[in-house]
Amino acid sequence: MAEVSLRKIVKAYEGDVQAVKGIDLEIADHEFCVLVGPSGCGKSTTLRMIAGLEEITSGEIAIGGTVVNDIPPRDRDIAMVFQNYALYPHMSVYDNMAFGLLLRKFPKAEIDRRVKEAARILDITVLLDRKPKALSGGQRQRVAMGRAIVRDPKVFLFDEPLSNLDAKLRVQMRTEIKKVHQTVRTTTVYVTHDQVEAMTLADRVVVMNHGIIEQVGPPQELYHRPATRFVAGFIGSPAMNFIPARLENGAAALNLVLADGSVLPVPEDRTARYKSHAGRAVLLGLRPEHLTEPREGRGTYADIAIQPEVIEPMGMETLVHFHLGEARDLCARIDPTLDAHPNTPLRLTADMAHMHLLDPESGRVV
Amino acid sequence: MAADGSLAGAALRRGAPNSLQRFARRRSSIAVLMTTPLLVIIIGLVAYPAVYAIYLSMLNRRMTEFVGTLNYEILLESETFWMVAFQSCFFAITAVLLKAMIGFWLAHMLHDIPDKGQRKWRGMLLVPWVIPPALSTLGWWWMFDPSYSSINWLLAVISVPEVPWLGHHWWARIAIIMVNVWIGAPFFMIMYLAALKSVPEQLYEAAAIDGATGFQRLRYVTLPMMANIISITVLFSLIVTFANYDIVRVLTNGGPRDLTHVFASYAFQVGILSGNIPRGAAVSLFMFPILAICAFFVLRSVVRRNKEQM
Repeated sequence: MAEVSLRKIVKAYEGDVQAVKGIDLEIADHEFCVLVGPSGCGKSTTLRMIAGLEEITSGEIAIGGTVVNDIPPRDRDIAMVFQNYALYPHMSVYDNMAFGLLLRKFPKAEIDRRVKEAARILDITVLLDRKPKALSGGQRQRVAMGRAIVRDPKVFLFDEPLSNLDAKLRVQMRTEIKKVHQTVRTTTVYVTHDQVEAMTLADRVVVMNHGIIEQVGPPQELYHRPATRFVAGFIGSPAMNFIPARLENGAAALNLVLADGSVLPVPEDRTARYKSHAGRAVLLGLRPEHLTEPREGRGTYADIAIQPEVIEPMGMETLVHFHLGEARDLCARIDPTLDAHPNTPLRLTADMAHMHLLDPESGRVV
Repeated sequence: MAADGSLAGAALRRGAPNSLQRFARRRSSIAVLMTTPLLVIIIGLVAYPAVYAIYLSMLNRRMTEFVGTLNYEILLESETFWMVAFQSCFFAITAVLLKAMIGFWLAHMLHDIPDKGQRKWRGMLLVPWVIPPALSTLGWWWMFDPSYSSINWLLAVISVPEVPWLGHHWWARIAIIMVNVWIGAPFFMIMYLAALKSVPEQLYEAAAIDGATGFQRLRYVTLPMMANIISITVLFSLIVTFANYDIVRVLTNGGPRDLTHVFASYAFQVGILSGNIPRGAAVSLFMFPILAICAFFVLRSVVRRNKEQM
């Protein structure tokens, strides 16, 4: 097991297209680190550079303190689980799992012990004699993980391993992966475009966009304290609402004035932080879960009158989609027992204690 | 009775299907009708000539009398025939092996060239296979010619003594194999290239991470993934090479001293040039059991492999 260090990693393709633009990242020993971002953000390229499947244009990658830039994949002591599993179709499940050990000339008895142990952990003992074609997607995924586990490598690399599974199986396998990591504690780098996977699995999430790292942090921190508009919008489902507003000095504290003239009070404890932005156009960031049915109690609440466009009952909650002046595609989460109908005025309450204030020019959270 | 009769009559009047309509509506009838053109072609171009060849091989030279297996018996006692059998097998096996190996190597080389440049090379390498063999063999014949052999001229440049390419039977055999390999290797190359392209890149990546060297990737990923294509290409080429006629006909015409004949050219010599059509037919029919046995084993291994991967 080992830590992984990425120092000023750049990946450029022909024609000077930079897929990864000089990223720095330290992944600690035993850590489960998830790289997340939209398609083309450079997360898979970064993982493939760690694996040695992609050449590094510039920068340095170290695994366990050793710079591996010029070391071929087979000597990096890593194991990788691919999106489409990449199982050898002509080998049985047992042989697929034993292959890496066989090439490394492990004694037969040791190979057998490791394969059977991994099969037991993943509950695939009964499948050992089968060929990959005779397995379901979930079973293939387990075999691919088994192939990684038997090697007992320094680092596990996962490249969108759950993308090919259906929704139910994805949730199940997500739990399996977490369980396996809690058992074997191998340093893991996991790539996904699914922020739910990232949040549920990671010790630390790395949000990437356009080849750079937007923010690194534990899931809760990214959720509660996003650094940029991209992270704020990417983490959380449904995504955070962004409402254009103007920050004005009120009688006692600061106020946010929306385009329709409604005034939302800014919590007093934020006054010092936001004061320098007073009198400027800003973006109010509010998650759907903080835009709910009217409620009472302590805190800074503000009422907003809306006209729902679409109502989506989810069972445990109801999503209300609406627009507010120029701000389109806004979403609120309300109590499912509440009687809401499209095009019928509805009063919502914004929980301003959870608001975020963004600078529309820099896209950074104030 | 009268009531029954009137009912049946009414049914007929309402348009109950008669036997012809029923026949046309049956799925099996439609299947027979749709396969008939193919059956006619197969019967006319494969079955009839094959049966006729067997019939011919059992006639006397003037084709007036039925002589049973006499032609076969005479052939089996003939030294020339055994030499032809040896030469056919030697030629086919050596040429197919060389074509398979060279084709495999070329396919790998091409596979490693980026797509842009690959088309150009692929096109150039396919040229030998595209030129009519009789024509290209003629070109080779000139290059092997004892008086002005360009190959010998090249050998002389590096001080290698002159080679009697078509004058000595072993050199002539090698020359025939060389020409056949030159013509046939591109076919293997193109088949293997298609097979190589169908191997998912991630399998190689997985193998690289699993610790496989370049050779081990070839041994444990490429070859097993290509096994079926290799088997079928080899079988197909074996059949075509075994029945090859034009190269021997143009290059050596069976000489020197009938030592480079293969089944097809010998059958032509005996049947057409010497005018013994029944015996010529008997010669050509000897190819059938040999190829049938090869086909049986190759196809059985393909089927078995397919089942194993299920």
